[in-house]
Amino acid sequence: MNVLAFLIPVSLILGGVGLLFFVYTVKTNQYDDPEGDARRILSDEYDDHPKQ
Amino acid sequence: MTATMRPSPSGCPACAAAPAAEQLAERAPAPQAQIALSLPTIHCSACITKIEKALNAHPGVKSARVNLTLKRASIEAAPEVTAPELKALVESLGYEAHELDPGTLSATATDRAGRELLMRLAVAGFAMMNVMLLSISVWSGAEGPTRDLFHWISAAIALPAIAFSGQPFFRNAAAALKNRQLNMDVPITLAIVLAVVTSLWETSLSGKHAYFDAAIALTFFLLAGRYLDHRTRAIARSAAEELTALEVPRAWRVTDAGEEQVSVSDLAAGELIRVRPGGRMPVDGEIVEGTSEIDRSLLTGETVPVFAGQGQAVSAGEVNLTGPLTVRATAVGADTSLHRMADLVAVAESGRSRYTSLADKAAKLYAPGVHLLSAVAFAGWYLYTWDLRTALNIAAAVLIITCPCALGLAVPAVTTAASGRLFRRGMLIKHETALERLAQVDTVVFDKTGTLTAGTPELTNLDDLPRGDAEVALALAEGSSHPLAQAVARAARDAGIAPAPVRAVTEVPGYGTKGTLDGREVRLGRASWVGADGTAQTATWLACGDRPPRALTFTDRLRDGAEEAVQALQDAGKSVYLMSGDSTPAVEALARRLGIAHWMAEALPADKAARVQAMAEDGRRVLMVGDGLNDTAALAAAHVSISPASALDAARVASDIVLLGGDLSPIAAACRTARAATRRIRENFRIATVYNIVAVPLAVAGLATPLIAALAMSASSITVSLNALRLR
Repeated sequence: MNVLAFLIPVSLILGGVGLLFFVYTVKTNQYDDPEGDARRILSDEYDDHPKQ
Repeated sequence: MTATMRPSPSGCPACAAAPAAEQLAERAPAPQAQIALSLPTIHCSACITKIEKALNAHPGVKSARVNLTLKRASIEAAPEVTAPELKALVESLGYEAHELDPGTLSATATDRAGRELLMRLAVAGFAMMNVMLLSISVWSGAEGPTRDLFHWISAAIALPAIAFSGQPFFRNAAAALKNRQLNMDVPITLAIVLAVVTSLWETSLSGKHAYFDAAIALTFFLLAGRYLDHRTRAIARSAAEELTALEVPRAWRVTDAGEEQVSVSDLAAGELIRVRPGGRMPVDGEIVEGTSEIDRSLLTGETVPVFAGQGQAVSAGEVNLTGPLTVRATAVGADTSLHRMADLVAVAESGRSRYTSLADKAAKLYAPGVHLLSAVAFAGWYLYTWDLRTALNIAAAVLIITCPCALGLAVPAVTTAASGRLFRRGMLIKHETALERLAQVDTVVFDKTGTLTAGTPELTNLDDLPRGDAEVALALAEGSSHPLAQAVARAARDAGIAPAPVRAVTEVPGYGTKGTLDGREVRLGRASWVGADGTAQTATWLACGDRPPRALTFTDRLRDGAEEAVQALQDAGKSVYLMSGDSTPAVEALARRLGIAHWMAEALPADKAARVQAMAEDGRRVLMVGDGLNDTAALAAAHVSISPASALDAARVASDIVLLGGDLSPIAAACRTARAATRRIRENFRIATVYNIVAVPLAVAGLATPLIAALAMSASSITVSLNALRLR
C-alpha cells in the first residue's frame, strides 16, 4: 500500500492544477463572450501590431 | 467595402500626416471616453473582424472589442470621439448600430456575483471529485488504518472547501434565523455542519462511516442550482439594462452662448431647453417659445395630439411633433411627474410582494418537518441505546439524506429551461417568480395605445375623398413630418395617387400645413385652424378655398399579433379586458374590432390601478399588459405584468416580463409555457419527495451508509434536472 503515499498527493496536485487553471480562466474574463471566442479562432486575420 | 473604409497602414491617418502629432498623442494621458454600441445584426466571425478593424482604424479609438454573445461593441476612445460618429462608421459597413448609455450598463456588478458563485462551484466540484475517489475505496472495503487515513485526507480536503463554497448558504441561513424565520438554507446549513462535526468525531474514533463526501456533494449540487438561477436572472437583467441604455438621455440646453448638448442629469430647474420635433420632453416645464403639437399617448393613452403653444405646461415623457419648442424647466430629474409616478408604483407593489413562491412554500413545509424528523430519530435512538454517538450519527444521516438537493435544483432547472425558451421567442422574464405567477393568470387586462395598437395612425377614409382632394392632401402632407401627415402621404402613395401641383407648401407648427393651388389657399391641419368642428375621432381636416373642410379620419394601426393574442387568450378561457385613457369612441371601436366584451375608456392612472386591485380582491389573477406611464401603477398592482420593448422605461421597470419584438402573439404561448413549467416544478418536488420517502426509513432505522446517501443525492438531482429539460 506504500504506493498510496505517491498516488494520493499526485492526484491531489493534478486536481489542484486543474482548479488553479480554471480560476485563472475566470479571472481573465474568458467566459464573457463564449460565442465570439468560438468564432474568433476561425478568423485568419492576425493582429500583429495591436494598438497600445 | 469602399477604399475609405480600409484601415490606413499606420492605423492613424492624422498621425501619418503629422508625425509630431503621434508623439504628442502618446505623451498626453488624455481622459478616456467609454462608448458602447449595440449591434443587433452581427452573427459571424467576419462581422467581428470587419467591425473591429474599422473601429480600430478610426484615429480617436484606442481599443475596440466586439462581444458576439452580447452583440455589443465596447470602445475606449479619446474624449473628442462621439458615439454618433462611431455609430455612423459601423452603419456604413452595413450593420445596424445603436448607441448605448454606458452609465446604465452596470453588468460588472452582477458579473462579479456570478464569478464568485462560479469560483465557489469550481472549488466544491474539485473537492467533491477528490473526496469521492477516496470514498469509493472506503465503500469497496478499505479497512483499518487505510480507512482512517482516507477519512482524514477527505476531511482535510472537504473542510476548507466547504468553508469557502458554503458561504452563501451560511450567510442566508444566518440572515433568516436573525429574523426568526426558516428558509431552505437553514436545514442545508444544519445538515452540512452536523455531517461534518459527526464525521470528524467518527474519524477521530476510527469509526466506519464518515459523511465528508455527502457534505461536499450537497454543497456542489446546491451551488449548481444557485448558479443556474443567477445566470438566468443575469441574462434577463443585462437584456433589460440594454433596453434602458438604448435611450441615451441627452438634451439641448439653450444658453446665452447658443445651444449645447448636455446629459439630462445635468439640467437644472429654470434652464431653457430646446426640444426638436420628434424629441421627447426631458423635464417638466413651460413652453416659452414656439408652437407645436405634442403627443401624450405614453402618459395618458390619448391618441389625438394636443396643441402646444406659449405658456403651456408640458411634462417629461411627452413627444414634440411638429415645431421646435423652447421649454423653461420647472422640475428636473426625480421631481418630474414621470418620477413622481414611482411613488404610486411603490404603493401598488406592496401587494405583489405577498406572493410566496413554490420554493418558499415547499421550504415552509419541508424545513420544520426535516428538523423534527431528525430530532425524533436522535431522541429515539438515544433513549433506545443511551449512546450519544450512535444517536448523533443517525440524526446526521437523516438530515443528509433528506437534504433538499433535488429541492434546490427543482425550481432553477425548470426556470432556466423555460426562460431560455421564452427568450428565444422574444420574451424577457425579469422577475424570478414571474413564470409561476403567469401560470395562474385567469384575467388579462390590455392597455390600448401603444400596446394593442402600434401607436402609428392609419388613414381610414381615403376612398371617400374625391381624387382631386386626395391629390391636394398628399401634396400638403408631404410637407410635414407629423405622424398624421405621414400616414396620409403613405396611404395616398400606396393608392397610386400623385401629388397635386401645390406651391409654397409651408408648415405652421402646431396647426398644419398650407400652400396655394391655382391662386387659392389650401390647408391641411387641425379642425379649428381650417374652420371645422372637431370630432371625437382622430382626424385632420382639408380645406380647399371656400369649400367646406373635409375630414380625414384615422385609426391606430393594430400591433402585429394583437388579434391572435386576444383570440388565443379568450380560447384558453381567460377573460380579456381593455382599459385605456383614450376617448370612449376610440376605445369602443377597438374593443369591437378585437371582440373584447369588457372595456373601460378615459381611465386615469389611479383608476386603472384601482380596477386591477378590485379584480385582485375578487380573487382573480390579473395579467396586465401595458406600455405607458399611465399604466405603471396598474402594472405594479397586477398579479403579473408584461410590457412591450417600446414602452417607457418606467413601465418596463414596473413589469415582470418584457416583450422584445413588436409582436404580441407570444403572450398566449408564454402562458402555456408558464403552466407547463409550473407543472414540471411540482413534478420535481414530487420526485424529490419520493426519493426521501424511500431513503428516510433506512436512515431512521440506522441502515443508511454514506454510499446510500451519495446514491440518493446524485440520482434525485439528475432525475430532477432531466425532468426540467423535458419542458417544451
